[in-house]
Amino acid sequence: MQAFTFNVLDVDRFATREMYGKVLVEIGRENPDIVVLSADMMRSNKTGDFAKAIPERFFNFGIAEQNMFGVAAGFAINGKIPYASTFAAFASMRCAEQLRTDIAYPNLKVRIVASHSGLSMGNGGTTHHATEDIAITRSMANMTVIVPADANECAKAVYASVDYPGPIYMRIGRGAEPIVYKQDYDFAIGKAVTVREGNDVTVIACGIMVMAAIKAARKLAEEGIETRVIDMHTIKPLDEEAVLKAARETGILITAEEHSIIGGLGGAVAEVLAEAGLPVKFSRIGLPDVYSTIGPPDDLYARYGLDAEGIYKKVKEMLGKK
Amino acid sequence: MTVDPALISRLEEKAVDIRKKIIDLTVIAGSGHLGGALSMVEILVALYYHTLKVDPSQPKWPERDRFILSKGHGALALYPILADRGFYPEELMSNFNGLDSPFGMHPDMNKIPGVEMSTGSLGHGLSVAVGCALTARLDCASWRTFCLLGDGELNEGTVWEAAMSASKYKLGNLVALVDRNGFSLDGPTEEIMPLEPLKEKWIAFGWDTVEIDGNNMAEVLNALESLPEASGERPQCIIARTVKGKGVSFMENQSEWHYGCVDEQKAEEVKAELELARKGRGC
Repeated sequence: MQAFTFNVLDVDRFATREMYGKVLVEIGRENPDIVVLSADMMRSNKTGDFAKAIPERFFNFGIAEQNMFGVAAGFAINGKIPYASTFAAFASMRCAEQLRTDIAYPNLKVRIVASHSGLSMGNGGTTHHATEDIAITRSMANMTVIVPADANECAKAVYASVDYPGPIYMRIGRGAEPIVYKQDYDFAIGKAVTVREGNDVTVIACGIMVMAAIKAARKLAEEGIETRVIDMHTIKPLDEEAVLKAARETGILITAEEHSIIGGLGGAVAEVLAEAGLPVKFSRIGLPDVYSTIGPPDDLYARYGLDAEGIYKKVKEMLGKK
Repeated sequence: MTVDPALISRLEEKAVDIRKKIIDLTVIAGSGHLGGALSMVEILVALYYHTLKVDPSQPKWPERDRFILSKGHGALALYPILADRGFYPEELMSNFNGLDSPFGMHPDMNKIPGVEMSTGSLGHGLSVAVGCALTARLDCASWRTFCLLGDGELNEGTVWEAAMSASKYKLGNLVALVDRNGFSLDGPTEEIMPLEPLKEKWIAFGWDTVEIDGNNMAEVLNALESLPEASGERPQCIIARTVKGKGVSFMENQSEWHYGCVDEQKAEEVKAELELARKGRGC
């Protein structure tokens, strides 16, 4: 991997937020400008690791997320690099104005690392699900939006974020997410990773849907269908070249994300395809335009087709239309 | 503490000049937040011509004091002061509010030298100021952070989130100034959303708090001169009781002059009245 030392190449699952906590400590030790901010969530989002290792640069603002992001802006205008974390639902909605007006508009180097994204809060219910955050944050000018596929990619993204200009919204989950990357690979913000080659159909996924897409692709391969799987870890700026190349070479594109079908990865890819005017069949997998129900995360993923089975079915459906 | 009478007199003169410039700028702009700009003039003049350690030739001088205008709609008062202090030539404001002008109703830190933070949406500035003050603490730096808030702005819950955090982190290097002009847009604050007892609120949040006449230059200077060392452990709040529309008889305490228009003819009358006030002081 890169200069950081902690990675989990030898396990099948690892919590992305655990990784976030560990990498924060590493980058914090290397760079004295890094400060870490939490809003009574240091146990949940693992910023507590940093609190223990470098207490003088850790700040806990209690259950007051808006103030936390405002303070982050205050650190950033003075040359600090704040990593500010809370649940994705609160970061993107309660604090939308702080993100847009205090951080994105002045183009400040604040890293908003939002955990417990998508439906990962499961039986926490709709108040704690975050299914609009990609749409909200990617509509903010200057904002970079990253959704790592697994803990190892989270590590690479956090590491890459230290020297990256402007604000970043990074979306990570809650559970022990499956590991996609079991060997080193090149990561760059804004550059998609093709994790599986194929020329019959393309699935462009982000976050936990990358592993689901790989599993679906394996099953499809048994039927002779070769699926290209693209890990679109950066939603903004979108790797348009990877999208258009896949459109030209495979003719069928499906996006998959743990987010509303409106305005997220699917929306971003649709914008590129529509303007390119390519003859391509296209469909979006995501939470339909409803409020998610209550239940364990895996049951919710199955309910809304946000898993390997859902992707498999969608690919078959789209191939039927070919 | 006794403040040098010559300093008071000089800055009172400056306050008249700045009020006249506010009127001139409003003519260029066509309209502006006159009431709240006129109420805060003594506070800004005392800060920018005496208290703040700033260097107009190096707006980003690392050791400067930070000033956050949380009531961003007070920009009309800040702009002419920054120009007069030499952060930029006055001519730069000739297209105020026009297409592509760096100068709009609310200040933009990336377009105007000397503006620390882009503000305008209320309830944001004190959090940013807390971030500044924490930075100074981390860097063992001696500079202070000053934040000017409107009183209507104190309706915003985030102000009190920030106030709590300043107290938690013992930010004795942070000074909040409240322009207590008694009005928000729709009317008197005590009708729209009562703030009193305001001093007790700040004290309850852990701030050393004083109340002064914020349009009395001697009192403003005295409050700023009396601030304890920045190394102290308690954030400082100065509640400056002011008059909205101060200095212009038909604007004073009139809600309709929160935001208003002045044409060139009216501007001449207003500036004549402001000049009379200067003469009235016997200078």
